[in-house]
Amino acid sequence: MIAEAGLAALWLAAALALLQFALAALGLRGAGNAAEITGAVRPVAIVQGTLAVVAMLLLITLFQQSDMSVKLVATNSHSAKPWIYKVAGAWGNHEGSMLLWVTILGVAGAAVAWFERRLNERTLTATLGAQGLIALGFYAFLLFSSNPFARLSPAPADGQGLNPLLQDPGLAFHPPTLYAGYVGLSVAFSFAVGALVTRDVGRDFARAMRPWVLGAWVFLTLGITAGSYWAYYELGWGGWWFWDPVENASLMPWLAATALLHSVTVLATRDGLRAWTVMLAVVAFSMSMIGTFLVRSGILTSVHAFAVDPERGAFILALLLLYIGGALALFALRVGTVREGTTFELVSREGGLVANNLLLSVILGIVLIGTLYPIVAAGFGVQLSVGPPFFNKAAGPIALLLVVVMAAGPLLRWRRDRLNEVVERLTWPISAAVFAFAGLIVFATPIGVLPLLGLSLAGGLAVASVAPLWKRDLRRTPLFTWGMVIAHLGIAVSLAGMACDAAFTKERLVALRAGEATRVGPWRVTFDGLSPVIGDNWSGLQARLTAERGGSSRIMLPQSRTFSDPPTVTSESAIATVLDGQLYTVLGAADGQGRWQLRFWWKPFVTLIWLGGVLVAFGGALSLLGRLRPRRRPVERWT
Amino acid sequence: MKRRILWLPLAGFLLVAVVVAVALYAPADRSVRSAMIDRPLPAFALQPIVPGKPGVASAAMRGKGPRLLNVFASWCVPCIAEAPQLMRLARAGVRIDAVAIRDTGPAVADFLRRNGDPYAAVGDDPNSAVQLSLGSSGVPETFLIDGQGVVRRQWIGDIRADQVDEVVAAVKAAG
Repeated sequence: MIAEAGLAALWLAAALALLQFALAALGLRGAGNAAEITGAVRPVAIVQGTLAVVAMLLLITLFQQSDMSVKLVATNSHSAKPWIYKVAGAWGNHEGSMLLWVTILGVAGAAVAWFERRLNERTLTATLGAQGLIALGFYAFLLFSSNPFARLSPAPADGQGLNPLLQDPGLAFHPPTLYAGYVGLSVAFSFAVGALVTRDVGRDFARAMRPWVLGAWVFLTLGITAGSYWAYYELGWGGWWFWDPVENASLMPWLAATALLHSVTVLATRDGLRAWTVMLAVVAFSMSMIGTFLVRSGILTSVHAFAVDPERGAFILALLLLYIGGALALFALRVGTVREGTTFELVSREGGLVANNLLLSVILGIVLIGTLYPIVAAGFGVQLSVGPPFFNKAAGPIALLLVVVMAAGPLLRWRRDRLNEVVERLTWPISAAVFAFAGLIVFATPIGVLPLLGLSLAGGLAVASVAPLWKRDLRRTPLFTWGMVIAHLGIAVSLAGMACDAAFTKERLVALRAGEATRVGPWRVTFDGLSPVIGDNWSGLQARLTAERGGSSRIMLPQSRTFSDPPTVTSESAIATVLDGQLYTVLGAADGQGRWQLRFWWKPFVTLIWLGGVLVAFGGALSLLGRLRPRRRPVERWT
Repeated sequence: MKRRILWLPLAGFLLVAVVVAVALYAPADRSVRSAMIDRPLPAFALQPIVPGKPGVASAAMRGKGPRLLNVFASWCVPCIAEAPQLMRLARAGVRIDAVAIRDTGPAVADFLRRNGDPYAAVGDDPNSAVQLSLGSSGVPETFLIDGQGVVRRQWIGDIRADQVDEVVAAVKAAG
């Protein structure tokens, strides 16, 4: 019954999405009473979003009840699974995650219909129409080729289980957060399409769009940060970013959204960069859709033969052609008729933001090419994968250049500035960077060029990012200025963590008998012995390690787990977090002669990577709050 | 001139779309090259798991005709989907031995009663030891063993209806 109700909710929502699009199109063409038709679009969008939420909740209920007569539950769940993974299992698979995707799309449309009051009525109608059209396509995809509510007959006695790697609290929160970011960008996309339809690109449009972009960007930042930490502790390889296609799929929309966030500020404040901002709004969500498509179609991750389904891939590809191709064609036709905005000098805040945009776009291009290249090569019969060496070498130097721009940007004046004055304002940041550089050359063991520059620039950026607060009444400083300061500081913190990890990590791979000890960095680690452990749906071995450093000691318990459904072995790393870094331990296999492989990493200041990510998201959230609250003093000095 | 530049993003996107579309339909080589192909089976001797049916031992496969070795489990849904194809293979005269992964006797007996029993022998692999030594990472998987006890082919995932003839031909060719 529940499954049928869910399917019915999906069909209804799809019908309403069609209605939403049709009403908007009629309203814009001026058929009937235009104002009344426009007024009807809002409630339709709200009900459509609500129905999508209902469908998602019903799917979660099915997983919660372990209803094995539903195919999706039977293939992805197991009655012995802890309840939190039953809930998360609802989106730990293709159909369920697509439903979550569409649900967030519906919620985003409903939120625009409910809250948006700044955008002019015609553009809003066009925006909701576009949102309805996007939703319609993805409802069709769910209903015709990825029905999450399909039944299975005869029902099996129990389910197949969820991939053990995914049995982690991170899975419960990571995909919804990331999807909120991905799909939240659909609002910016629809805004851009709406504004192109009504030829109304200007400051009001930018001010209306900015909070939505900020919101999606905050979620995306949090999702990427959480995903990076999840891969770090769950995969047991000690790395925090692997340039894997799935990771790139989340990074590309983030890069585009970050650029959009900065260009929309130019549009809102100075009425410049009109066409460019519209373009970025289209590109950001296009990257979300392309990323989802590449991951979901199985084109990039051909692990198991039955994971690939060309029919599904073709369906999404057709949707992408319709939406992205349509938006880009609309852009080409219409943007020439959008009035030019104001102009500015090269050395100015606008100039800095344009440099930021260009550099972010170049990095985006590098990541996109690196991600797609294996597909192109496969077309010529060459099997290859593009790995970290390419991405680090190509994107690393540009990212460092971006850091320089980021340090200077907030200290530039709008419209025009003088270079010598800018350098004067940057005295302290430059000193900090030079000081850090000299200190590292003298005191640190030889480290690579990129980590060396990274650490020095992180020092400079940290000083520069708080400079806009200098000599200011902190209580009267607007929230969005605080937001910018904290977000930029977060980048400096994260960069420092990445550089430290690259420069100072110590690694040891040893085979130890019980009672033996080894050293890694400042730690002395003793292998006390092994004991069996048992969980809800797994059994395993647990090593007991005593890690000592400077008189204090702690017990660490890395595990090797064997899951029953499906049978898989995973390693649970044990991580000791201290103020100046993390000790990361992994239990490996036995060598058959009483010794066990153990892998240790001492990673100084690695936690800064994720702390920085959280700071960036927090800065974004503060900024969002500042933009939503009516301002008391409209005077903007250095923001 | 300026107008033309505006069409560039669309052109770029269409290029990406073409690349992806080609990749989607190109007959890319997605078969898994097992390290076991053309090697003799690892030595193992599995106990019977259901009454009245012998266990499976690698030594017994040498000097006999070609056969399939099906790795399955009663708790595996694709194995249910695969069952009719295995029945067709058995009716076509193909001998199929099976390894039941992490399973119990009653569950396997129940599975065979419900979905049909194409197996000449079923061995009990309670902790996946033999599965792993075969280089199999999931269920179902099917190996083609020739008369000398050498692994000739490996099919990962369920054998689908349109593959049955291909499998029969492969078994004949290995004889």
